[in-house]
Amino acid sequence: MAKERSLSPEARSILSARLSRRSVLAGAGGLGAVGLLSACGGGGDSGSSDNSVRWGNWPLYLDFDEESKTYPTLVKFADQTGIDAQYFEDYNDNDEFFGKVQAQLKLGEDIGYDVVTPTDWMAARWMRLGYTQKFDLANIPNHGNILDSLKSPSYDPNRESSLTWQGIMAGFGWNTEKNPKGIRTLDDLFAPQNKGKIVVLTEMRDTIGVILLAQGVDITKVTEDQFMNAVDFMAQKISDGWIRGVKGNEYAEDLTSGDATAVIGWSGDMFILASENEGKFDFAIPESGGTISGDNLMIPSTASAAGKANGEKMINYYYDPVVAAEVAAYVNYVCPVKGAQAEMEKIAPELATSEYIFPTEKTSSRLNVFRSLTPDEETTWAEAFQKAQGN
Amino acid sequence: MRTALPKVRVPYLLLFPGFAFLFTFFILPIVNLAQTSTQTPISGGDTGQYEQTFAFGNYIDAFLENREQFARSFVYATLATIFALAIAYPLAYAIAFKSGKFKNILLVLVVAPFFTSFLLRTIAWKQILGEEGFLVPTLRNLHLLGPQTTITSTSVAVVAGMTYNFLPFMTLPLYASLERIDPRTIEASGDLYANGITTFRRVTVPLSMPGVVAGTLLTFIPAAGDYVNAAILGSPNTKMIGNVIESRYFKIVDYPTAAALSFTLMAAILILVTLYIRKAGTEELV
Repeated sequence: MAKERSLSPEARSILSARLSRRSVLAGAGGLGAVGLLSACGGGGDSGSSDNSVRWGNWPLYLDFDEESKTYPTLVKFADQTGIDAQYFEDYNDNDEFFGKVQAQLKLGEDIGYDVVTPTDWMAARWMRLGYTQKFDLANIPNHGNILDSLKSPSYDPNRESSLTWQGIMAGFGWNTEKNPKGIRTLDDLFAPQNKGKIVVLTEMRDTIGVILLAQGVDITKVTEDQFMNAVDFMAQKISDGWIRGVKGNEYAEDLTSGDATAVIGWSGDMFILASENEGKFDFAIPESGGTISGDNLMIPSTASAAGKANGEKMINYYYDPVVAAEVAAYVNYVCPVKGAQAEMEKIAPELATSEYIFPTEKTSSRLNVFRSLTPDEETTWAEAFQKAQGN
Repeated sequence: MRTALPKVRVPYLLLFPGFAFLFTFFILPIVNLAQTSTQTPISGGDTGQYEQTFAFGNYIDAFLENREQFARSFVYATLATIFALAIAYPLAYAIAFKSGKFKNILLVLVVAPFFTSFLLRTIAWKQILGEEGFLVPTLRNLHLLGPQTTITSTSVAVVAGMTYNFLPFMTLPLYASLERIDPRTIEASGDLYANGITTFRRVTVPLSMPGVVAGTLLTFIPAAGDYVNAAILGSPNTKMIGNVIESRYFKIVDYPTAAALSFTLMAAILILVTLYIRKAGTEELV
């Protein structure tokens, strides 16, 4: 992330052949697009029992051992506690997952999960609708290990019913051959060499967030006029042929295929690209600031008392710095647990200094959280953002 | 009379499974969709909460706001159908008449793409048409393509993807009707001093019309509603109505507009197909 510094520490960690999310992703081209048609994914349908916990999470978001086909940290948790931890990688999309379980949540019927992992804004919606349960903090002594910057989001100021699973930074990613000086501002992004080869994220809060910050707007207080103004800016850049696409994780393929030379992208993906093609890609938080969001561990209102208690024990386990470091070494997103950096020193020292996983104070101070929206805003703003991209 | 009654019942009994299936998986969803399409948001409700107010204006709003994507869907689908026909007709003709012992192998090759997922095949096209594929650098070397021009994220890529993806649907019905042509009719045409072109125009084409009609319908209908090709190979300027419906449903959580658009699309396809069959189908076939 630092200026003109090649990412050799990460590259070295690849050479050490520790399997991680990046190698899995490399073999699974078009992962994002697969989500398009996977709306009917199964899983999470097994019954609950007093001695089990069922966790629905995003794909490739937990350390996985290719040889034994198991999740090492989860196996350890099961061994330590005797709780049967069932893991389902079927949280592919916030809206899609919500659509799938909404009716059951409304009726108070078991949705098949005791722990779910929605992104901030979706977590806020679950809470507004009363679809979550408050934690029993006695079961989560590690609760206080959450990073200060993530401690009090507007939707859950005291973190009473949610804890961050991983943090996601959005900023600029670029091809270093085409952008030898790097990209720090919107002007750098919309430089002539990138015309028609810019891709921005489908996640409204990240793309428009980065644009708003560049326009000097505080995204923790953004108004509708300011938002629409930024959407118009994006629409103009699309119709003028600067932006070629608005995409999810697939922008990573566009960068590798050369179809895109600069993006507004996510830290975790850019980490993978930078590690695999040493020196060819880089990522930075814009000078004017980037966005940070999180996926949150929460307990649905439909979980049984036993399922809830087991879920809390599991959440507590993952907030142990030792375990958090093991997960972060695989997942490469921002680790939300205090003390994990010190633990990372022990297992993968080259990753302990990675700004992708442990942003420094200086970087963190430039990260902003998009304010939560009212239901009305959620609809009108999403509509404007979708229209700007031709939908 | 006593023996006649059960006979009357038998056809109904045989029809029952089909009707039950259609009722559950076609009629019920359609009714549900129709109900959703005239709903409006509950005031003060949360995202995705709607109530029935019989707001038929939804249809007008939905159509007027998305005229462009509707038009684009039908233009792309028409182009893909024409290209698919242009490619599939000679292909099916060759397989039916000229392939000899290779007939079965060629047929398997036509069907083979179905063995992989639709999605993966489309993603493969992204690589083929991409900057580091074979095609783009070659065209650049031949100066047929400017250094800044790309093929992916254009309407060319979307129509190409659709043509490719629906090609087997065009080829198989064409093959089936060409293969059924009695070779003696072609011989007879020659005996009556028709040359090759005249024979093709006056005998082969008319006899293959059922295949042409079936193939064009099987291509055009799914192509008009397709959103995968536009999503993967296109750009914001090539969005089709399927993309709008997807975004309305999943991203904006605006179920009524998504439902109204779906109905409008169904109606538009139905009208176009009816006109087409009236014109091409019955006159030529009967």
